[in-house]
Order: sequence, then C-alpha cells, then structure tokens
Amino acid sequence: MYTGPENSYLKQPRGLKSWLLTLDHKRIGVMYLTAIMFFFLVGGLLAVLMRVELSSPARDVVSAELYNRLFTLHGAIMIFMFIIPSIPAAIGNFVLPLMIGAKDVAFPRLNLASWYIYVVGSLIAVASILQGGVDTGWTFYTPYSTSTNSAVITLTFGAFVLGFSSIFTGLNFIVTIHKMRAPGMTWFKMPLMVWGLYATAIIQVLATPVLGITLVLLIFERLFGIGIFDPAMGGDPVLYQHFFWFYSHPAVYIMILPGMAIISELIATFSHKRIFGYKAIAFSSLGIALVSFLVWGHHMFTSGQSELAAMIFSFLTFLVGIPSGIKIFNWVATMYRGSISLKTPMLYAIAFLLLFTIGGLTGIFLGTLAVDVHLHDTYFIVAHFHYVMMGGTVMALLGGIHYWWPKMWGKMYNETWGRITAVLVFVGFNVAFFTQFIMGSQGMPRRYYSYPDQFAFLHEVSSVGAYILGFGFLIMVIYLIHSLYRGKPAARNPWGALTMEWEAASPPTTHNFDKDMKLEHGPYDFDRVEVEDEEMVKA
Amino acid sequence: MDTVSFPWLPSAASTTAADVDALFNFILFAGLAFFLIVTAGVIAFVLRHRRRGKAGLTYGKDHSLALEITWTVIPVILIVIVFVWGFKGYMRMNVVPHGALEIKVTAQKWFWTFDHPDGANAVNELVVPVGKPVKLLMSSADVIHSFFVPNFRVKMDVLPNRYTVTWFEATAEGVYPLYCAEYCGKGHSEMLAAVRVVSDSSYQAWLNANSVMGAGLTLEQYGAQLYTTKACVTCHSLDGTAKDGPSFKGRFGTEILLSDGSRLLMDENYMRESILDPRAKMANGFQPVMPTFQGILKDRQIDALIAYIKSLNQK
Ligand code: HEM
Ligand SMILES: [Cu+2]
Repeated sequence: MYTGPENSYLKQPRGLKSWLLTLDHKRIGVMYLTAIMFFFLVGGLLAVLMRVELSSPARDVVSAELYNRLFTLHGAIMIFMFIIPSIPAAIGNFVLPLMIGAKDVAFPRLNLASWYIYVVGSLIAVASILQGGVDTGWTFYTPYSTSTNSAVITLTFGAFVLGFSSIFTGLNFIVTIHKMRAPGMTWFKMPLMVWGLYATAIIQVLATPVLGITLVLLIFERLFGIGIFDPAMGGDPVLYQHFFWFYSHPAVYIMILPGMAIISELIATFSHKRIFGYKAIAFSSLGIALVSFLVWGHHMFTSGQSELAAMIFSFLTFLVGIPSGIKIFNWVATMYRGSISLKTPMLYAIAFLLLFTIGGLTGIFLGTLAVDVHLHDTYFIVAHFHYVMMGGTVMALLGGIHYWWPKMWGKMYNETWGRITAVLVFVGFNVAFFTQFIMGSQGMPRRYYSYPDQFAFLHEVSSVGAYILGFGFLIMVIYLIHSLYRGKPAARNPWGALTMEWEAASPPTTHNFDKDMKLEHGPYDFDRVEVEDEEMVKA
Repeated sequence: MDTVSFPWLPSAASTTAADVDALFNFILFAGLAFFLIVTAGVIAFVLRHRRRGKAGLTYGKDHSLALEITWTVIPVILIVIVFVWGFKGYMRMNVVPHGALEIKVTAQKWFWTFDHPDGANAVNELVVPVGKPVKLLMSSADVIHSFFVPNFRVKMDVLPNRYTVTWFEATAEGVYPLYCAEYCGKGHSEMLAAVRVVSDSSYQAWLNANSVMGAGLTLEQYGAQLYTTKACVTCHSLDGTAKDGPSFKGRFGTEILLSDGSRLLMDENYMRESILDPRAKMANGFQPVMPTFQGILKDRQIDALIAYIKSLNQK
C-alpha cells in the first residue's frame, strides 16, 4: 500500500496505540478527517431519507415524529460534528504547520485533547438517538425545546462538549501562527490559507463560549425549572434567540472562512498565478470575522424585535456582504492571464466560485428587511444556507481533500473519476437546491414533512438532485479508498505549488521537514519562481 | 389593484406586496448581472488561459486601484439602494394604519383561532373584508408559531406571553393559504389555515351568521358544521380510524379504557369535560395533545357538538 519515505508519519511509529496517543498534528488531522467524513456520510444518509419522504406530498415513508427527528439530527450532525470541525480541525491540522514550515502546532497535547473531546461530544450527541431522538431542530428554539419530551438535554450537552474541541483548536492555531512561522515568513508572506485559519480561530475562541453558556442555561432550565427562556416560568423565549444567534451567526463564518482560505490556494496554484489583491483578501477575512459578531439580529426580523434594531442589523449584514463580494472578484481576477489547469481540485474551486456567488447573492434578499419578511423560514432559506455551506464550504473541502490527498497519503487519486464526480456533484447539487429557491419564493415553509400539492413537482425534482448527489459521493468514496491501495505514488510537489508544505516529502516524515525551514520565496511568486508539476514519482 | 409579479412569487394580493415584489425583482436582476459577470469571467479565462504544456512564468500584476475601486463602489451603491428601499418597505409593513379592523389571532398546537370584534370567532379560517386594513393582534397559547400568508407577503412570529402585531389590506377577493412558518412540533406541517377575502357585505353577513350561533339549524346540523370549522376533524375521524385522537364513530355510550387503567362510560358529561379540560381523563393509547376549547366554544356550541357526536351512533 505504501511507497513514501521509510520514516513517513504514516509508518513511524507503528501500532494502534501510537495512533491513539499520537501528538503528531498530521495524524491528528487524519483522525479528524476520518471522523468528520464519517459524520458527513451519516448526515448525508439522513438527508437522503428526508428527500425520499419529501419526494411526494403524501405522508408515506416516515412519520411526522420521525421526520422531525431526522432534520434535527441531520442539521446538528452537519453543523456541530461535520462542518465546524471540517476544514480547521481536519485539513488545517494537517497543513497549517507544514505551510508555515513548523514541526508541529504550538500545543500538541491540547491538539490531541481536542480530538478526544470531539469524539466524546459526538458520542454524547449520538446517544440522544438511543433516548428517542430530538425533535427541536438544530436551533433548539425555546419554549418548544423546554417543553418537548425528547432528549434535548443530551444533544445540547453533546454540542456543549463539542464546543470545547473547537475552542482548543482555535487557541492552538492562534498561538501556532503567531509563534511558529519559519524565519522570513512575515505576516504578509503567509499563505492566504493561514490568514483564513487565523480569522476563523479568533471567532472560534470568542464566540463558542456564548453558545456553551446558552446551552447550559437551557439545560438548567429543563433540569431545575429555572425560568430563563420559558414564558410559562417567567422567562423570555426571544432572549434565547438572541443568545443562540450571537454564537451561531459568527459560527457561519467559522464554516465559510476556512473554505475561502482553501479556495485562495487552489485558484493560485491551478492558475499558476500570483493571487490578485492578497492584502484585500487577508484583511477582508479579519474584517468579516469582526463584523460577524454584530449581525445576529438578521435571523430575527420577524420575531417582533424593534424596527430600529432590525434596521441596524440589516445595515451591518450588508456590511459583511461586501468583503465577500470583493473576494470573489479577486479570485476571478487571479485567473486572468494565468496558466489554468482543470484538475479536480480546480473544478471544485470553480464550483465554489459559482455556487458561493449564488449563496451570497441570495443572502442579499434575506438581508433586505421587506423581502426577508416573505422569505424567512421558507425553503428559500434552506436553499440559501445549502448554497453557502454545501456549495461553498463543502466544495472547498472537497477541493482541499483532493489537493492535499497526495501529500497526506503519498498516493494520487484517479483524475478521470475525480473529474466525473466533480461534475456529478455540481449538477446534483444544483438540481437538489436550486428548485428550493423557487419553492421558497412561492411560500413553501421549511421543516414541513408534508406539503400542499402545488409544490409536488419541484420537491420531486429536488429529490432526484439529492439522489444524483448521493451517487456522486458514493463514487468518490470508492475511488478515494481505492487510491490508498492502488493509487500511483505521488511526487513531492504534484501541482507545482509554491507554498512550503510541498517541500516536505509525500507523505511527510514524522518531523515534517528534514531541515530547518526558511522562507525563500513568497507563496504565490509564480511570476518569478520556476516550478514544475511532476505528478508521479519518476521511476 | 392588480400587480404583475415575477412568476416565482405567488400572486400579490395585499397593498404592500407590490413594493416587496418590485424590490425582489430589483435584487434578482442586479444579482443576475453580478452572477453573469463572474461566470463570464471564469469561462473566458478558462478558455483563453488554459494550460498547454509547461506552465512557465506568468503575469505578475496583482493589484489595480481602478479595478478595485470600481468593484467596491458599484456594489456599495446598489446595496445602499436596496437597504434603504427594504427598510422603508419594512416600516410600511409594521406601522398599522388608523382605523384598521382589529382581529385577535391565537395560535396553538396546531390550529389558529380568529376572534372578531363583535364576538364571532372561527378556527383555521380568517374571514376579512377586501380593501380594508386589518390589524392582527397575535399571541400563542404554547410555543412560538408564525403567521405567514405568502400572497400578502406577510409574516410575523406569534409568541407566548407577549403580543405581536402585524397588518395587511387585501386587494382581491379569494382564498389564500395561511401557513405556520415557525417550527412547532409534530403537527407543524398540518397547521394550515386560509384567509378568505370577501366583499364588505359578505363579511357583515358572515359576522352575523357566526355570532348568532347556528340559528335556523338543528343542534346536530350546527354541531356537524362546528366539527369541521373548529378543527375537531384534524384529530378525530368519523370512520373509525384513530388519528391523534380517538375516532367518534360509534363511541358514544360505550365503555372506554382510560390511560390509568380505569374504565368509564362515554356520556355527555365526559364529552363536555373532554372538550373543556382534555387532559383530565385521558383515553388509553393517546398522547395529551388536545388543547382546551375553554373560551373558544360557547355553551350552545358544546351542546351542538355533543348532539352531533351522539347522532353518529344512530347512522
Ligand atoms: C447531501 C446533501 C444534502 C441534502 C440532500 C440535504 C437536505 C436537507 C433537507 C431535506 C433538510 C430539511 C429542510 C426542512 O425540512 O426544513 C435539510 C436541513 C438542513 N441541512 Fe441539509 N442537506 C444536505 C447537506 C447538508 C450539508 C452539507 C449541511 C451543512 C454542512 C447541511 C445543513 C443543514 C441544516 C443546518 C439544516 C437545517 C436543519 C433544521 O431545520 O433544523 N445539509 N437538509
Ligand atoms: Cu406552528
């Protein structure tokens, strides 16, 4: 199976125990990757089951109670166990130290602890299924969540624990980026991936505690009958929404910023071009991170909050929208006069550009007060956040997985199957979710398990899209696993990139580099430095 | 006033809808332009700058002040337009005109009750006159719900222990679907109602008919009407199948098993108690999901429903 250097991190040291107690950021990254992909698959299967139910207006395949549990679990798994840890903890853990020429992260033990906390948190959350599941939606809105007799405490406690793993990763990355960069790598010589992870880490550390506190308050209310959110006990249910979105809105940037970070790398490498507007991209990540704390109220335009508050939140929402738009222009401009190679990672990057643009633009409808009133809590929202999270972050993640796959495993995946799958995923995704924009505009509310006949056709088409998407993922699982056994051995720098991780062996040795690293050229100096891509190891 | 709206949106039937639609279309077309520029750029660059052979050194220019100012300033201008326009529309939706007809809306799992000024009330059907502003004073008896009428472009959450207010003025007679838009549990997708917009005279007639409580009908006939209009039908079938509650078919006068194991004769008093305090004695095998109809049904209406349920045995 394996052909890399003798002392590769995959081989040294040996044995299960050496993995379970490893302090190596690469192994921890790989362990995270395995775990999140597992949950992505589970979440995906739940989604397909929902789409089966929704493929006709009749109440046939599952009961209302089960449907409500499905979308809650699907949402909670996708958010807390998949997308939040996905890029930072899995890809970031693997590549961040390599990219800055370091031997590891600043706190390797904290890093391992974060993985275990992640596993424990996930197990607690999954245990809620054994208690009959939860039917509140991943948002746990009060007073529904304080009055339902489902396993709310278990699932929220799981999310609470998962929060710590996110905080630990964030802390670790902040210190690593400040302290461990190779000599010569000034802030503006860092790859944009590092800037993106840095901005993400700030939000992880500052916002996650608020969610933790909110969920604990919810648990206290249920366990001890303290009236905080439940009006029956003198609480305020809208207060819960403020607390929840104070975390969860910044959290959507925990989800998207790392995706943007990967896209900067992919577009530069596969266009073989100096990135356009480096500083604009770097600073807009930080800007987005900071302003993202001030826009939570846009989830509550119909909650009866004051008109003044609504106006301010609408304004600030647009303010975060602008830097995202600018980034898109920068990426497109980077492709100008490049030398563009349409390898699988680049196909995902292009998919990201188109889908994230749609996701972002539909966000303008939702930030606009008068229009949001109509669209709020309909399928328009469902389509919007899937375009951003799946069309944005997941496309970037898939691009990143293919991009760093040779580095992680020392093997090349099959390019033809990679490209076919990328097209299938793109088509399936659009069929599944574009239809939902139309349904939502027509008034189809979300979280409905049966619906009026007028929506039947679009729902059916949407389900077909989901099946195509699911089929695409199935192929991906097959060719990726196949490549581990039969893939051709990968070269050190298969894509001709200029960032430091490509100077390490494929797969890297346990200590990453066999020399002390020093920055010799900028991450995107394609106008100055000759690099060649040699995909496979020359025999 | 008839408005042309984009085919994606449901037909517009309120005075505020046209403005929302115009703004929706403005964002749609501005967004479409933006999307086409991005797509065209991607396609053009991929076609023109596709790698052939070795990559070599590439063009090094990585900023352009003019370009960057252009693509910041134009979106900012568009955004400011959209923001101001959206805010104005929102204020119009939130400021209730003077002299609006006030209707009290109560949401609960999983139906709507509408109380009109002079005592008429209805479940799951909001009857309003065309061309008159209607103010809705809303509250919930349990969890959060949300009042959503797509054709009016109106949505407002309905909260327990707090009133929220919204208003609309219907512009065309007709029946428009009303959805619950805030997830509220098992019956969320069945929490459907309708807004029936009628002429002013029909509205007056409806008010009369509903405040005189079935005058001219027998108790049984009136009960049969209430069985559907007060939403008993959602949970109680007439054909013997158990839904969320027991079927009414042949149930009167039988001995029923309660959830505490005891048995009881289904008589008039048990029925009355079940309507006013449904959780007092639960039938075995059912969840305590039925809401109380205390305050919603008047005595004569309870009498009518009991008469109707009794009549089901004779058929
Ligand atoms: C395999 C592709 C996917 C399909 C077919 C799918 C389908 C669905 C469906 C049918 C719903 C329920 C909508 C409703 O009833 O309101 C839903 C909700 C949701 N999905 Fe997905 N989804 C997919 C991938 C994802 C991904 C990748 C994420 C995030 C990373 C995600 C996050 C969510 C969230 C947060 C909700 C809301 C749950 C709630 O309402 O509480 N989904 N999805
Ligand atoms: Cu509801």
